[in-house]
Amino acid sequence: MDIFLQLMVSGIAVGGVYALIALGFVLIYKATNIINFATGEFMMIGAYLLYTLLVMVECPVVPAFLLVMSGATLLGFLVERAILRHMLGQPAISIVMVTIGLAYFLTGLAEVIWSPDYKFFPAIFPRKPIHLGFAIVRANMFYGFVVAMVMVVVFSLLFKFAKVGVAMRATANDQMAAYSMGINVRRMFTLAWGFGAIAAALGGVIIGNIGGIRPDLGKIGLKIFPVVILGGLDSIAGAVLGGFIVGILENLAGGYLDPYFGGGIKDLAPFVALVLILMVKPYGLFGKKEIERL
Amino acid sequence: MRIGDFKETYAADEAVFRTPTVRFWVGVLLVFLTLFPFFASDYLLYMANLTGIALVAALGLNILTGSAGQISLGHSALIGVGAYTSAILSTRLGLPFLVCLPLSGATAAVCGLIIGAPSLRMKGLYLCIATLAAQMIFDFLFNHWTSLTNGINGINISAANLFGWELKTEFDFYFITLAVAVLGVTMTRNLFRTKVGRAFIAIRDRDISAELMGINLFRYKLYAFAVSSFYAGVSGCLWVYFIKSVTPEYFSLHESIRYLAMIIIGGLGSVLGTIFGAMFMTFVPELLQAVLSSLKETYPMAMNYLFPLQTVVFGFLIVLFLVLEPHGLVRLWHRVKDYFRLWPFEH
Repeated sequence: MDIFLQLMVSGIAVGGVYALIALGFVLIYKATNIINFATGEFMMIGAYLLYTLLVMVECPVVPAFLLVMSGATLLGFLVERAILRHMLGQPAISIVMVTIGLAYFLTGLAEVIWSPDYKFFPAIFPRKPIHLGFAIVRANMFYGFVVAMVMVVVFSLLFKFAKVGVAMRATANDQMAAYSMGINVRRMFTLAWGFGAIAAALGGVIIGNIGGIRPDLGKIGLKIFPVVILGGLDSIAGAVLGGFIVGILENLAGGYLDPYFGGGIKDLAPFVALVLILMVKPYGLFGKKEIERL
Repeated sequence: MRIGDFKETYAADEAVFRTPTVRFWVGVLLVFLTLFPFFASDYLLYMANLTGIALVAALGLNILTGSAGQISLGHSALIGVGAYTSAILSTRLGLPFLVCLPLSGATAAVCGLIIGAPSLRMKGLYLCIATLAAQMIFDFLFNHWTSLTNGINGINISAANLFGWELKTEFDFYFITLAVAVLGVTMTRNLFRTKVGRAFIAIRDRDISAELMGINLFRYKLYAFAVSSFYAGVSGCLWVYFIKSVTPEYFSLHESIRYLAMIIIGGLGSVLGTIFGAMFMTFVPELLQAVLSSLKETYPMAMNYLFPLQTVVFGFLIVLFLVLEPHGLVRLWHRVKDYFRLWPFEH
């Protein structure tokens, strides 16, 4: 029972971070219909940026965080303007591949700049493990979870109430109608990439803080696919819920099944769940069924 | 100077060789390819084999993704299925190469049907991610089903034996690769002159319209998966007999992406483009290595950057082609050809 609770708590903690990254992913998908395979690499770049600021520039923590967020926004803008705007109207395969190409480009670049060795942040949060009464959480995980949840709430409120959030939802809903209401749809695309990049970069910072940073940190980004598909590609609430489901699922599967299969189950379980769910519900748990007309 | 493109019969329109000139040059090319090993170095032969093996797999992917429009991120898993089938059949049952070759294709085709089965209900990006999941699951099986695949240690096999002819060296194996690749190209080229191939294209262009025209979507999508996986399995069998061992790392997600890059850089849905793409993607890493080792004199650190730079160049090429020339090398080739055909009267 103790083990079960412990696994659940770790699952929820990691799930919160997945939820944040998935949120950014869904934002981009909703606004632009683009699946961003470079999400994991955005995470990695965010983590390296913070590392550079904290260790090499020796910047204090709060301004460093803000700088990472603006850096990520810039990266998102740049990617949208330089690459994806040229891809409008191209078939899905081209758009998928262009983000995969971008992912490779960023991974290689990070390896050239920062070398392939593990890097670790200096202590950002207190190191003392947190006792929750029934389970113990590593400090990095706990504070990471808190930061992720704050960001999820901030993003959700932004979309619910802020003018720019409403405009983005309108764009996602119906581009033509948004145009005719005077919304600058192109700017909304750019903004979506900016927000998506911020969410990914912060997720990367949190995950890098737990397990160290390497250029292949981006591989974790692949786990975002089970997360967003479980919830349905275009559902923000689904993304958050999917994050928790995948976090808990992979920890439980890893904890209970790994001894029987000799490891690796933790990374596999979300994908098996993904296939099973898609068999039953082809648009995820909360996804909107696409209706096509000729 | 050839001008115009005028045809009077459907047969002429569908012909594989449009003009006698084309037929002549294809003949010259075939003769050249047959004589190639007698004057090429071992290194070039090695590269030629790799290109041929990649070409067979890429042809399969181009049928599925380029022509039938179903994005697959699980192609290298199917190549792996073919490779492991051959390795296991030849080491445990002692089956000869010529039996393993079609059996590998068939096993991969069956696995391809399983991967393709969800395409009944899913399409587009959802299907793309389902194939990603399939890739992950197969990857796990290659690594962890040790009683069958021997895990990360892999399986070693002995050289193929073709009626007493041991295919030990690159030189010997080249003829097998060439034969299979030529057969593959011919079959693919002809596939699109049949009902099935045309149905694939109709599904890619607009699936609902295709269904209204009486094409059974599910059946033809499954055909596409099966045919494509058969090519992948055959390519896997060739790979295993060429390298003479099989380990899981050659069938990872990265390889699947490499094959997608091949057909995109070459030209989606084009047989000629697939050939260009397979050559390009096999030779570019070597070219990069050559450039870096020539820089070694001036910058001793250059070789340390080989692997990350390969990744950078790989990503950069994909993005560059998609942004600047979405139709790939084959379009560039046609442009160059048209320029010289019309020269000096451009307009």
